[in-house]
Amino acid sequence: MTGYLSFFSDQAALLVRLTVGHILLSVVAVVISIVIAVPLGAWIGHLHRGSFLVVNAGNVLRSLPTLAIVAIVIALFGFGYVNITVALVILAFPLVLTNTFTAVEGVDPGTVEAARGMGMTGWQILTRVELPSSIPLMMSGIRTSWVYVVATAYLATFAGATGTLGDVIANISGYGLTGVLAAATVSIVLAFLGDALLGLVERGLTPTGLALAQRAPATT
Amino acid sequence: MSETTTERPAADIVFDHVTKRYPGQETPALDDLSMTVPAGETCCLVGPSGGGKTTAMKLVNRLIDFESGDITIGGNSIRAVDVTTLRRDIGYVIQQVGLFPHMTIAGNIAVIPGLLGWSKDRIRKRTDELLDLVRLDRSFGTRYPAQLSGGQQQRVGLARALAVDPPVMLMDEPFGALDPITRTEIQDEFLNLESEISKTVIFVTHDIDEAIKMGDKIAVLRQGGVLAQYGTADELLAHPADDYVADFVGADRGLKRLSLRRMREVVNGSAAAPDDAPAVDADASLRIGLSTLFASGASAVRVTDGGRVLGAVTLDQLQSAVTRSTS
Ligand SMILES: Nc1ncnc2c1ncn2[C@@H]1O[C@H](COP(=O)(O)OP(=O)(O)O)[C@@H](O)[C@H]1O
Ligand SMILES: [Mg+2]
Repeated sequence: MTGYLSFFSDQAALLVRLTVGHILLSVVAVVISIVIAVPLGAWIGHLHRGSFLVVNAGNVLRSLPTLAIVAIVIALFGFGYVNITVALVILAFPLVLTNTFTAVEGVDPGTVEAARGMGMTGWQILTRVELPSSIPLMMSGIRTSWVYVVATAYLATFAGATGTLGDVIANISGYGLTGVLAAATVSIVLAFLGDALLGLVERGLTPTGLALAQRAPATT
Repeated sequence: MSETTTERPAADIVFDHVTKRYPGQETPALDDLSMTVPAGETCCLVGPSGGGKTTAMKLVNRLIDFESGDITIGGNSIRAVDVTTLRRDIGYVIQQVGLFPHMTIAGNIAVIPGLLGWSKDRIRKRTDELLDLVRLDRSFGTRYPAQLSGGQQQRVGLARALAVDPPVMLMDEPFGALDPITRTEIQDEFLNLESEISKTVIFVTHDIDEAIKMGDKIAVLRQGGVLAQYGTADELLAHPADDYVADFVGADRGLKRLSLRRMREVVNGSAAAPDDAPAVDADASLRIGLSTLFASGASAVRVTDGGRVLGAVTLDQLQSAVTRSTS
């Protein structure tokens, strides 16, 4: 126990450096996922087409162990940051995609029909009606993907990318069990902190009227 | 209230041999529909579930496409204009209301004016005017849909549909989800509102009583989207075209016709009512008069207008008021 605690003070500089690297890698992977998955999921959800494809492709991607993806990506991109980033994007992407798609597709049909009937274009309906209503579910997908990505980013070390907590976690002979535990603890804390932070973002982005509607379902 | 509502005159809606067949369906949903809804009138589309009412209505704002026949509004084919422009000139009200939950009430009403580039000032004025029109306090403007009752939400739905003062309104069972008391209230207010603004309205309902109440004209559709009869409520009740229509308007159509006329129209000014005669307001329907007569057991009712007695109405008069125009 004393070894565990003293690891934080003894290796403070190393832990800080690796934590920053870990965060950077995770943020990049999640941001890339959002940039690809949100427009794609929103568009498919808007069209109400291809749900079968999205759900199944998402499930297949999610069932792949990330380590296997790292191995496969080695063949395509070799070792390094690109490799682990691609692998983490493949992990996060389906979570963001399915949530965005489900949220947009699930917007009340009466609301969308009213919007169409009053003369809003498809783009206006998507951006002014469907997306604002989808924020809570989309954000929960992003939060989940953050937790998964942070917890998995240590695999960077197997992809030949150094500078993440994986350098310690996967090196029990170098840092001992106490070191592995300490680095794993940091990774868990990162996951929770990021999730909490994104929770605040979610609350900030969720329109007031929507929050009210969720608290007390409308009487119709 | 009516300064902005007189700008745009109502336009007639003409269905010209319109047939709609959904892909993969044997029978058409709408079969060779031809009818004219005169400018400023309300046409109620009634019929059984699946009779093509919603289809007929949605063809008008092109939410559904059709291949055969044509529909014109004010003489212009709906296919001749851009679909977005067309829809912005047509108020659309549906049973689900479909308010945007993330926008305030004022925000909901302002959507189309905003897209049309109205100034903030003009939008704010119009919003207040519309809230007045649908009898909602102006303070509702800052609330959200989730904070409103079903009836209040549909009032906002109406206000939103009226925002840019469209000459035409399409309404699909707009009051169908409301409880009976709220429904009657909002029906009365819509009738009131219609007398202030001039709109050509297509009003879908499966309820013949609502159609009789709301419609200047009623179009009865039957299964397969065939128009069974088109006419005023009185024409339908007095001369149903066939057994189907007779059945649809109900075996009590004699009583329903009594609802269409007021005591004022049949009162006999020279006849004095007996002493035991109960009083009935001149603007009450003949049906209310009949009911009052039966409940009291008297031989006639006394018709009053404010404090003034206009005369008496007997059972014979009530009966002949209906039967005379029937033959
Ligand atoms: N989108 C659609 N695709 C295929 N068939 C439809 C569609 N909408 C309606 N129908 C069919 O067309 C007929 C008329 O439907 P509808 O106009 O909704 O009737 P109503 O409003 O009178 O209940 C019904 O048989 C219905 O099943
Ligand atoms: Mg219908």
